[in-house]
Amino acid sequence: MKILSLIIATVSLALAGASEQVLIEGGEYRPLYMSEDSPMQTVSSFYLDQYPVTNQQYLEFVEQNPQWRKTAAPSIFVEQDYLKHWDSDESFEAIAAESPVTYVSWFAADAYCQSQGKRLPKVAEWELAALASETQANGSLESGYKQQILTWYSKPSPKTLPSVGGSPANYWGVHDLHGLVWEWTEDFNSTLVTGESREDSTIDTKLFCAGGASGAVDPGDYAAFMRYGFRSSLEAKFTLSNLGFRCASDMKSANGD
Amino acid sequence: MWGKKLLVTLAIATVASVGAAKKLPVEDAVLTSPPNVPPAIERDHNARVVVHLETVEKVGTMADGVEYVYWSFGGSVPGSFIRVKEGDEVEFHLSNHPSSKMPHNIDLHAVTGPGGGAVSSFTAPGHTSTFAFKALNPGLYVYHCATAPVGMHIANGMYGLILVEPKEGLPEVDREYYVMQGDFYTKGKYGEAGLQPFDMEKAIDEDADYVVFNGAVGSLTGDNALTAKVGETVRLYVGNGGPNLVSSFHVIGEIFDTVYVEGGSAKNHNIQTTLVPAGGSAIVDFEVQVPGNLILVDHSIFRAFNKGALGMINVKGDEDKVVYSGKLSDAIYQPEGSAVQTMEGDYKVAKAQNKEDKIKFGKRVYDANCKACHQANGAGVTQAFPPLAKSDYFNEDPVRGIKAILHGLEGPIKVNGESFNSVMPAMKLEDDEIANVLTYVLNSWGNKGGEITVEQVQKVRQQKGH
Repeated sequence: MKILSLIIATVSLALAGASEQVLIEGGEYRPLYMSEDSPMQTVSSFYLDQYPVTNQQYLEFVEQNPQWRKTAAPSIFVEQDYLKHWDSDESFEAIAAESPVTYVSWFAADAYCQSQGKRLPKVAEWELAALASETQANGSLESGYKQQILTWYSKPSPKTLPSVGGSPANYWGVHDLHGLVWEWTEDFNSTLVTGESREDSTIDTKLFCAGGASGAVDPGDYAAFMRYGFRSSLEAKFTLSNLGFRCASDMKSANGD
Repeated sequence: MWGKKLLVTLAIATVASVGAAKKLPVEDAVLTSPPNVPPAIERDHNARVVVHLETVEKVGTMADGVEYVYWSFGGSVPGSFIRVKEGDEVEFHLSNHPSSKMPHNIDLHAVTGPGGGAVSSFTAPGHTSTFAFKALNPGLYVYHCATAPVGMHIANGMYGLILVEPKEGLPEVDREYYVMQGDFYTKGKYGEAGLQPFDMEKAIDEDADYVVFNGAVGSLTGDNALTAKVGETVRLYVGNGGPNLVSSFHVIGEIFDTVYVEGGSAKNHNIQTTLVPAGGSAIVDFEVQVPGNLILVDHSIFRAFNKGALGMINVKGDEDKVVYSGKLSDAIYQPEGSAVQTMEGDYKVAKAQNKEDKIKFGKRVYDANCKACHQANGAGVTQAFPPLAKSDYFNEDPVRGIKAILHGLEGPIKVNGESFNSVMPAMKLEDDEIANVLTYVLNSWGNKGGEITVEQVQKVRQQKGH
């Protein structure tokens, strides 16, 4: 099944400069903030970029879409730090070419993916893909899985980000979901973690179908807590030094039928 | 730990009037890093106090050879001390450094309002949030980060103190210091060298590896010790960031003349040990009458001698033999075991390859096990702990050192002409650790040099009786 999916994925996209995608088989996923007896959320199969989008790839996008140049992008869509690490509209230090692009807003990331006929992954899709270890679709129970992620979260970002692909592929063939940069998701702001995380358990759960920290399935999963916490601190125009993105596609569009 | 810098914030007076009911004079808060406290407030009216605080994630030193990624307010653990007056309006600007991996916020227990400011100050990396509050209640309050997962943000060092002076002010004292306890959870055990990651499981189990004052082992001892002179009054602003442990705060050799219980308005007098809850505080005042070292401890005493909760106030001045004749009575607080635990599993313990290694590793063993009594400079404490520096007792026959460590030492001995009659417990150290620490001692503080081998230690260990 996995071999088949890889073959499909390899032939699926031939856009210049676009990251290759791999199939993530759908499955059931229990959102962090659902309670033990809440229904599992079904995630359909989808395609996900193998790597985060690099500076080089983003440059090609900007060349074709000048409205997204550093000096041209409207301020309601990007903060003033947009592409801060680029020297000018169309150049950056050579060392950064294969590093993930950062200082990009949700609007910019969304436009990039759309320009390739793709879209940003949903939180549920991202989390499902990120559950995988190198050997299992759900590697979250392997010893050391959470600690490894947590160790990365606890360190400040380096001045120059490493190139993409530095970490081994996970079960699905996807690299760098953990350990390189945070990533935008399509519905990042739908998470019901507020600025006052301790109060979230009193959010009207009937209304929103979700609760707070005390209702979490696995309160020990601090790594997931931190992703949800991070996402909830964002606004769509924010551009951060350690926040990049990758694109996803539906089964249909990726298959071309 | 990261240098005692005095942070004086920059003025942004232009946004000062947001939400102010009445125009108050605007002033910038003076912020200090521990153990310093901003000067007492002289003005007799209220002001709008502007505070700029930055959250920073950076590598610091937890203990000799042990590094840790601290998350902090203002670059220090505990964070910058804030001082305002009852009735002041505080305009708070929280900036999260662009290199931060995490969003942060601040919950000040001095705030009357939902979350103590947490929602209003929730800040992504590279952003600044602004909010304002009125300091309605006087007292010494903890502030901390309240971003999910709250426990981890606190465990990494995100806490500090804000003092709201009562309208009439606090009684004047000669010296004020800022001391805040915290517990830390690392993958490696106490003293294990290297960059140690946060250990979530230990934190949930409340199984602390380090319990320290001001963020690191040794931040208030040796050259970093607090100072005072005989006859002076000293005030300690004591906080406890937790995240888990309640402190039994005690100063060996002093009685607190006044304790502002739990940092509030109730005054209690003649207190030996005061409880400082996690997320709480106490203000303690005392006059120092005799010279010597006063030892700050969490009197849950294994934390002091085995996990780092030790500080020191070095008091200089003339003896008063009536108040204190000279013999210390602190021997009862000595640990019965030692800090270094048996290694298990796959840990690769570095072995000394040469004399230089031995001295280097030996210093770590010394700092973790011996320093609390024999002192960082090997000088010991008069009439309680014999000196190791230029010690005739030790230099004459270094094997005595092996015996003392392996079997303990009690009863009268004479060192450099001074008589000692106290108890040293046997230390649970490995043979190579003993060889290392004694080699370190032999090559420090004017001692005669040379080397102790593992074989020498084994020989003594095998001898029956001693």
